[in-house]
Amino acid sequence: MFGFIIQRLLATIPVLGMVAVFVFLMLRLTPGDPAAVLAGDNGSPEQVAEIRESLGLNEPLVVQLGIWIGNILQGDFGQSYFFKKDVAELILLRVEPTLALATTTLIFTIMVAVPIGVIAAYKHGTWIDRAVMAFSVAGFSIPVFVLGYILIYLFAMQIDLFPVQGYKSITDGFWPFLHRLILPSITLSVIYIALIARITRASVLEVLGEDYIRTAYAKGLTPNAVLLKHALRNAAVPIVTVIGIGIALLIGGVVVTESVYNIPGLGRLTVDAVLGRDYPTIQAIIMVFSFVYVMINLLVDLTYSLLDPRIRY
Amino acid sequence: MTDQTSTPPILEIDNLTVDLPDGNDRRHAVDGVSISVGPREIVCLVGESGSGKSVTAFSVMGLLPKGQLTPSGGAIRLMGENVLEASDERLRELRGARMSMIFQEPMTALNPTMTCGDQIEEVLTTHTSLDQAAREAKILDILEQVQLPDPPRMAASYPHQLSGGQRQRIMIAMALVLEPVLLIADEPTTALDVTTQEQILKLIKDIQRTHETAVLFITHDFGVVAEIADRVAVMQWGKVVEEGPAEAVLKRPHEPYTKMLIGAVPSFTPHGRAREAKAPVVLATDALCKTYGGGGFFQKARAVNAAQDVSIEVRRGETLGIVGESGSGKSTVARCIARLIDPTSGHIYLHNDDIAQASQTRLRALRRRVQIIFQDPYRSLNPRRTVGASIVEGPMNYGMGAKEAYERARSLMSLVRLDPGALDRFPHQFSGGQRQRICIARALAMEPDLLIADEAVSALDVSVQAQVLELLDDIRRRLDLAMLFITHDLRVAAQVCDTVAVMHRGRVVEYGEAAEVFGNPQHDYTRALFAAAPGRGFDFGSAAALAAG
Repeated sequence: MFGFIIQRLLATIPVLGMVAVFVFLMLRLTPGDPAAVLAGDNGSPEQVAEIRESLGLNEPLVVQLGIWIGNILQGDFGQSYFFKKDVAELILLRVEPTLALATTTLIFTIMVAVPIGVIAAYKHGTWIDRAVMAFSVAGFSIPVFVLGYILIYLFAMQIDLFPVQGYKSITDGFWPFLHRLILPSITLSVIYIALIARITRASVLEVLGEDYIRTAYAKGLTPNAVLLKHALRNAAVPIVTVIGIGIALLIGGVVVTESVYNIPGLGRLTVDAVLGRDYPTIQAIIMVFSFVYVMINLLVDLTYSLLDPRIRY
Repeated sequence: MTDQTSTPPILEIDNLTVDLPDGNDRRHAVDGVSISVGPREIVCLVGESGSGKSVTAFSVMGLLPKGQLTPSGGAIRLMGENVLEASDERLRELRGARMSMIFQEPMTALNPTMTCGDQIEEVLTTHTSLDQAAREAKILDILEQVQLPDPPRMAASYPHQLSGGQRQRIMIAMALVLEPVLLIADEPTTALDVTTQEQILKLIKDIQRTHETAVLFITHDFGVVAEIADRVAVMQWGKVVEEGPAEAVLKRPHEPYTKMLIGAVPSFTPHGRAREAKAPVVLATDALCKTYGGGGFFQKARAVNAAQDVSIEVRRGETLGIVGESGSGKSTVARCIARLIDPTSGHIYLHNDDIAQASQTRLRALRRRVQIIFQDPYRSLNPRRTVGASIVEGPMNYGMGAKEAYERARSLMSLVRLDPGALDRFPHQFSGGQRQRICIARALAMEPDLLIADEAVSALDVSVQAQVLELLDDIRRRLDLAMLFITHDLRVAAQVCDTVAVMHRGRVVEYGEAAEVFGNPQHDYTRALFAAAPGRGFDFGSAAALAAG
């Protein structure tokens, strides 16, 4: 087990290396010049050239890449072109809102999706099952930004239950913090609830047909005990896999949701950095996200061995 | 047998009828069945698949799938209490405590994510208010009683860490820990090796005596019936067609169906047909070895010698049987010969070509000459293609025109005694035995020199099995084929094989003419195998002759 973790952690090095090179080249291959953005609409060609020179953008690509990677290895992600700040500091400032949003979304998703999936499987073929499936299809189909605005309109403008937009740090008190996160979390969770409920239903349904479920009933267990003690744990591996993928995808959803609800998190930072052609910031954010992906995958794999004694590393 | 007039029965099934959903070939899965099981009595319920024997057993436990099968008439009385009228809650109280059940597949009947001890403990926490210490003591005691070694270690083990026989012992322990008055055993030894089967049957018998349990034992195997039953009820199409004491039913069956079933059980006496010693050798292996595993880069993997030093030969027009228990390496050998897996070392001569290490391009030309029929006819045909498409696929891959290929498919369908007009149907429209015939036709379409039958009749009912065996033998004779017949069933081997190789732990421990091996086994393992075969004291072949005469 310990050896497996070390092995996997070592394996992140080549992964992140490849991501670094790929991101660096992709950004420089896409059109748009950071110097032109910084110079503004009225900047003269001379000014633009001057800025390019000062940012080091005139160096050959390989040299730029070398300098960037060399700096990362020393823990320096560089200066943001746009915000004129250390990128590391910039990201740290924005981590809290995103982390908060992702966590509440995840908790809400699991609390809703797993139970309704299990119930749908148990009540397979009844109206409850069909209702859950219908919700699932609707959840998949509705875009995050549309749902976001609908919820704002209903719950923030028509009945004044939640604030329209904004974010308060947890240091300002738990309720104000949570109050502003509820609508964004629901918005973001709907698609994941749809996805995870479906997988839970399919997975539990398959397990309910297994011989050991029949054995459990033959022992005189109640349906609840059979579902919770025997079915759910055996159905858990695919569910955890999808939750893992869901967390990874969540980061994409965060970008939109943070814009809709005006939350100053990493998602908003990403949008701003892309619009400003802020190479160092974009590169750093993607590196951070990739690292998070790799760690989530490791966590998911470790969870497998907790759930299923047959899986050992 | 017990005296039934003085003691009331433990279980009394009285005129039970269970409905099938609409649109089936018959209206009732179980139709007016009456069976009773007295105290300390083992009643065997025998029948082929679809006879309703399992449905009867599941009705007693109240475990029929809801909405699909519904008991519509009669009564099932467990010590006088009608379980068909019991509430769900009352049924749960009875299950596991008063009546319990063990199942066919010990590999899948236990929850893989719970330790065996926890699974037994669950029965105790559900039905009793014993404290932790008392529960643990009871678990260790019952594990001791089912003769598992080192009970504390067994209790802490997960199912996948145990063998099939050990898992079935865990199931039995779980079923008997609360000393139920009735044990229902649904084909509990069918999935086990013959030596393990012998031990489990003995265990059920012993434990049934000490606990004075009534046993309803479901089986399709008359060997098992001869071994364990006090009384027998034979079922066909949802009805009990014959019932009586085991001795009487086995030796003097009245009903034609019972006679047919008993007659279809293959005899141990080899057929003893003459061999043509000068026929050319089609297949020979020389010191064939297959090793699985070996060191990985990060993990230390254990190397398993699945087959070691296997040297066998098959002549044209002759059948070689490879007999062994699961894990003996018999299927590994078959798969190496067909080059579905690559042998580690040794030689495989097909006529004079050594194909053991032949490249994929060379193999392609050779593939046609070796064909396999697999065990499970339900899974070895593509369900989305018509059987015609499955049969012609091979020849057309080797360049035959569609018209000619279908022409051949039609003549092969007649050869395997199926309607040639059925080529455009799908596999699900055929029964298991018919599907296996289609698989045979598919293999023959390639005009192979060597036909490998890998447990090809093991999944079939005994009456169907007899027909398919006869068909295979007929085809071997008519086409002068060399056949490699892989089986775990000694009776089947005795019926079809000219020569027999007995495999044990990857090695051939005995190899010779069938009559020699069966008549005068030399190796200890071969003798143990014969000794373990159920119903060995009962010569089915001659009994059938007697019954028929």
